[in-house]
Parts: sequence; C-alpha cells; structure tokens
Amino acid sequence: MEQAYTLSIFSENSVGLLNRITSILTRRHLNIDSINSSESESSGIYRFTIVVKTTEAQVKKLVLQLEKQVEVMKAVYHTDSDTVFQEIALYKISTRSISEGNLVEKLIRDNNARILSVESDFMIIEKTGHKEETQELLDFLSPYGVLEFVRSGRVSVTKPMGELEGI
Amino acid sequence: MYLEATLTPPVKETMRTSGADAVLRSFIAEDVDLIFGYPGGAIMPVYDALYHYQEQVRHVLTRHEQGAIHAAQGYARVTGKVGVVLATSGPGATNLITGIADAMIDSTPLVCITGQVGSHLLGTDAFQEIDIISISMPATKWNYQVTKAEQLPEALSRAFYIARSGRPGPVLIDITKDAQFEMFDFAYRKCKQIRSYTPVPTLNLNRVGEAADLINSAKKPLVVFGQGVILGNAEKEFRQLIEKANLPAATTLLGLSALPSDHPLHVGMLGMHGNYAPNVLTNECDVLIAIGMRFDDRVTGDLSRFAKQAKVIHFDIDPSEINKNVQADVAVLGDCKESLRALIPLVYERSHQNWLQEFEVLKGVEQCKVIEQDLKPTSGSISMGEVIHQVNLQTDGNAVLVTDVGQHQMVASRYTQFKQSKSNITSGGLGTMGFCLPAALGAKLGAPEREVIAVIGDGGFQMTIQELGAIFQTKAAVKIIILNNSFLGMVRQWQQLFFDKRYSSTEMENPDFVAIAKGYGIEGESISEREDLPAAVSEMLQHKGSFLLEVHVGKGDNVFPMVPTGASVSEIRLE
Repeated sequence: MEQAYTLSIFSENSVGLLNRITSILTRRHLNIDSINSSESESSGIYRFTIVVKTTEAQVKKLVLQLEKQVEVMKAVYHTDSDTVFQEIALYKISTRSISEGNLVEKLIRDNNARILSVESDFMIIEKTGHKEETQELLDFLSPYGVLEFVRSGRVSVTKPMGELEGI
Repeated sequence: MYLEATLTPPVKETMRTSGADAVLRSFIAEDVDLIFGYPGGAIMPVYDALYHYQEQVRHVLTRHEQGAIHAAQGYARVTGKVGVVLATSGPGATNLITGIADAMIDSTPLVCITGQVGSHLLGTDAFQEIDIISISMPATKWNYQVTKAEQLPEALSRAFYIARSGRPGPVLIDITKDAQFEMFDFAYRKCKQIRSYTPVPTLNLNRVGEAADLINSAKKPLVVFGQGVILGNAEKEFRQLIEKANLPAATTLLGLSALPSDHPLHVGMLGMHGNYAPNVLTNECDVLIAIGMRFDDRVTGDLSRFAKQAKVIHFDIDPSEINKNVQADVAVLGDCKESLRALIPLVYERSHQNWLQEFEVLKGVEQCKVIEQDLKPTSGSISMGEVIHQVNLQTDGNAVLVTDVGQHQMVASRYTQFKQSKSNITSGGLGTMGFCLPAALGAKLGAPEREVIAVIGDGGFQMTIQELGAIFQTKAAVKIIILNNSFLGMVRQWQQLFFDKRYSSTEMENPDFVAIAKGYGIEGESISEREDLPAAVSEMLQHKGSFLLEVHVGKGDNVFPMVPTGASVSEIRLE
C-alpha cells in the first residue's frame, strides 16, 4: 500500500549530491512531494528531508540505494506517526479585501497564524503546521483573493530518542 | 572540503607543477602504467604532460572514445586493477557514457578523466561544453568536477580509492582546462578512508552461523555464484567451501571462470540461455546459497516463481543488493573472502550424492538434446558451438575469452572451458554490442602472456570495427573470431519465436571482413566448410600477431536451452 514516507538523508555538503539523490527517485518513477536541505546537528553534515509516496517495500530499497552513494552517511525512512514535522506557508493578500470588520483578528486567532508585514495595499500572513492546516487557511482566504501563496518543504525530526546517533 | 577523508602522508615533498602534470604524477603514484584515450581541445594540457611521461605511462590511442573505455574495462577485468581513460570535453566525454554505464552495472573499477572548458566558460554553451557531471551521475559510483589545480591530487586519490574499493565501479573526474594549466604546489597523498563511505560492511558472525546452520541442515543445497567471487579474490575459499560440503555450484554469466569449468561440482551456468540442470533444480533446491551475485532478471526469470520453495542465503558486499530482487532468509554482508573463511569451519562435510545425481541426469538430457548437436554436428552449416569446441580443444582452456553481446556470447559462455579465474570478459548487465573488440585489446595489453580470443558476431563487430586500427598500431596479438550469420542473430531468434517470424531489420549485408582486416595490416581468413575449421583455428592460434578468422555459421540457428521472457526458470525449453 502506498503512503507518505519521510526520508532523512545525512550527507556531506557536496555539489551535485542533490542531483544524485533525486535521480535515484526519478529513476524509479517516484514523484517528490517535498524536499528540504539544511545543516544538521552535527557540524559539516547536511540533512535532506524528502517526502515521497510509495510502498514500504520500495522505500526500504530506496534508503539502501541512497546509502550506497559515496557522499551519503545514512538514510532512514519514517511514517508520519514516527516523526514530528512542520511546513511553513506564506500568504499575500490584499489589505483592502480583508481589513473590514474583525476578520483579520479572527483568522489570526483561529489559525494560530501571524502577520509578518503590512503594506498599504497588501499584507503577508505566515502559518506553520501540517499541510492540511496550511491548506485550510488557503481555502479560507481564497474568497478574498490570494495574491501569492507558497508552502515550504517538510522539515521533520524523529520521535525515538537517540535513533540517529553515530552518524 | 567536499569529502572528509583519511590520507596517507605525501609520497614526496611538495613541488611546483601544473594541474596537467599533477594528473600524470597522480597516475604514477597510483601505479598506473597503461591508459587508454583520445585527445581533444579541452584535455590537451594533460596530453602535453603525457608526452613528458611516456616512458612511465603508456597511452593507447583508440579510434573512438567508446573504444578507449571498453579497452580500459577489458584491462581492468583481466588484471583486477583500475582501468584509466582520458577523453576531451563534449563529444569525447559523452562517447564514454556507454562504457561508464557498462562498468557500473558490471562492477568494473575505472577512473575516467575528462577535459572540460575553462571554468569561466562553464554554463555558457561554449564550444564542446557539456555538463558531463550531470550526464554521468546515475552511471558513476562517484564523480567530481575540478576547477582548481589544488583540488586535483585529493580528487584523484579519492577517485582511485572509490573505484577499486568495496563493490568496484566507474568514477569520473572532469577537469576544467584552466585547472590543467594552473600552477600549484603538488603533493600526492593516497586515500585510505572516506568518512561517508563504507566500502566493506563489517562481517556479522551471527549471520555466518545462521548460514552454516541452514547449509548443514540442507538436503538439496544449491550454490549460485557471481563475479563477486572473482572481485573478492575468493576463488580458493569458494572452492574449499563447495568441496567440503559437496555443494553443487552454478555460475552466473559474470561468475564464469571463478571455478574451473571441469570441476565436478560445477553444474553449469544459470539464466536465460544457461544450462538445463541448474535452472530446473533452482526450483527444487531447499537452500539456495547466493555468493557475490545480484539475481539479475536474466538469471531469475519470473521472480514470483523463482526458488520459492528454498531458504535463501545471500552473501554480498553491497547492502542494497539484499532483498532487492529475491528475499534473503539470511543475509551475510561483507567481503566474500572473509565471509567464506568464517563459514568454512562451520560447515559439515556432506556427500549429497543423490542430489548431485539429479544434476547429472538433467545434464545428460541437455547433452543429448542440445549439446551434442551444437558441438559435433555432422551436416549443414558450421555451428557456433563447434567453433568454440574447436577453440577449447586447441587452447586447452587456457585462453581469455572476450565476447560481445548476442547469440555468439551465449554459445561461447555455455561452451568455453575455463581453467583459471579472470578469463571471461563480457558485457553482462548492460549488454553492450561493440564491447568485445576494444575490450579484447585492453585484455591483451593487460595480460600479454595470455592468449586472448575475441568472439564476436557480425553485428557487434561493426559497432566498434574501427578499433582494428588500435590493434594494428599497438601490435596487440588479439585473436578475433567473427561468427557471421549475416543476421542480428539474437533479435532474429526472438522474431522467429515471439514475433511471428517477422524479421524486421535484422538481416545484414556484410562487407569482406578479411579484406578490412588486411587493410589494417591484420592477417585473416574466412571459412564456411566444416573440414576447414580445425586448420583455420590452428592457423589463427599459431599466427604471431593479431589474426581475424571469419566463420560463416548457420543463418537460422537458434540458441537453446532458453527460458522465455516471463517464464519460470524451471520452464526452460530445450528446443
């Protein structure tokens, strides 16, 4: 059965490694739902977080193929329930369309969102959460006219303690 | 730093030199004395440096970059050393790709050096610029672009270390032209370890114990072995194992020659055109012991009906091979020489007499229905099998066999008698037509004391026929046998069996191959009569230099046995 898996890949920071990693997925005709790369807790070691929908049999093979790469130290996979994860979304909306009544206050309170910037003709709202939550706010704002919307790749940390030690 | 690594102290004091010069000095530090390549604009500084070092590093000019890389593969396979290739940017680099992919899938250690346009021109669509790093990425074990001379020694020491360690494979280093010209302080330090890279997994002795228990409890064990035994230099240990427990052992295409063909426990070749007994009995064994092989689809046939009754033990150096195609009940990761050494004392002596007899019975069936006619036909055209049989008789199994891809490859692999390891060089995983002729050149240069026989079809020969020029120029005494059926025979066979005899674009009108060889100063002979075969093979072998023997074989001959696509290995057809 296909489901979302979060791949965490710990690697050297080298030119082209992203290409090597994505080609392992594309070769198997897998679409990347989201991707993020950043430094990890260990100095000089980078962490890719990739969300991909596939089967467990496939994802087990994927991590071995990823670990096979010379510059990859460790690759692991987790289901959503094994990780704490977040995505960040930014919404640009017309100030005029939303400034009537207490609409802004309501949406900030209800969504645990915050306003990053207010200009004379638009404002930028930020919300972090799971995809369904940022999507819910997008759906809510859509009738008022969303000028721009962007959502980041997932970042996640694993729940079991000490699982990634020794990388 | 792009890769954290442990390096040995510098072999010599630092000295001021150019990037191009550093490439040659690095080769010498890695004991490279023979390289293959083709010059061009972006690699010219390295070629200029080569001129200075020609006493220490011999360069073989092939007639195409594909020829250079296949020659390096042949060299690497026969010597066990890293093959080195030089090519220029753009088309020079892209012409290497087929060989890189071939070396990747067949685990052949190569270091390919490509020139690149100057770093200020990267990304400008400059003359002969191509992003060879991105193109070669999925087909290399590692690759790296050098844009500064100071990066060269470390990049090259990592390249050689990565290519030859663990499961070997091809590495590509792309060097911009300005980095080749740039002067810097050179010091070479051999790479011993890379932080992010574990070439050989640590052997788990518990797994070895579990493997031994399964082998000891087996009533019908079957060993299937691959090139891992050769790459791991574990031929001796392998033989000790099977002899101690009397385990029948079947080879993959690339495992050929790891065990002498006439060894009483050698039960033949697996796979689509392999032998009858090991294919059928794969589905009857109770413990399948896979050693240094990767369960290629040409070996397994329909996976859902492959050895389902058996417990599977898988010995491999590459963790990603475990459970990739066949689920292993016990996986023993590690270098197979070490793993087998640990296993042998734990394995009981057994006779497995009745089980071995089953192989004998099926071997007799194949002998009677296929092999007799293949090797000793009495009428009709010459068969491919009798040519190989004749070569066996006259070389006593001591030659290095280099084959191309297709019917002749399957026939030669089925019937060649191997006595020593590293004697079988073929394009297995990728199935690259055109591999044979340049690979045979590389093999002959790597093992000049050995007889090297290239067995090629008329189709594959014409894919890299220009390497006759490189054979001519190097005076390498490669013996070339063209098994000419005027068809792309394997495709023709499939068209006959599975495409309603619609022979679409498989018939070939061929040139006078002997005349072409003579044009290159290579002696040759063409025969089509059975009674001429022994003398012609003898003449070829007696001839001092290279020799081309063209044998006209039956146009419509097919290779059997055969496991049709999608069938189970036990459904192997004898006719």
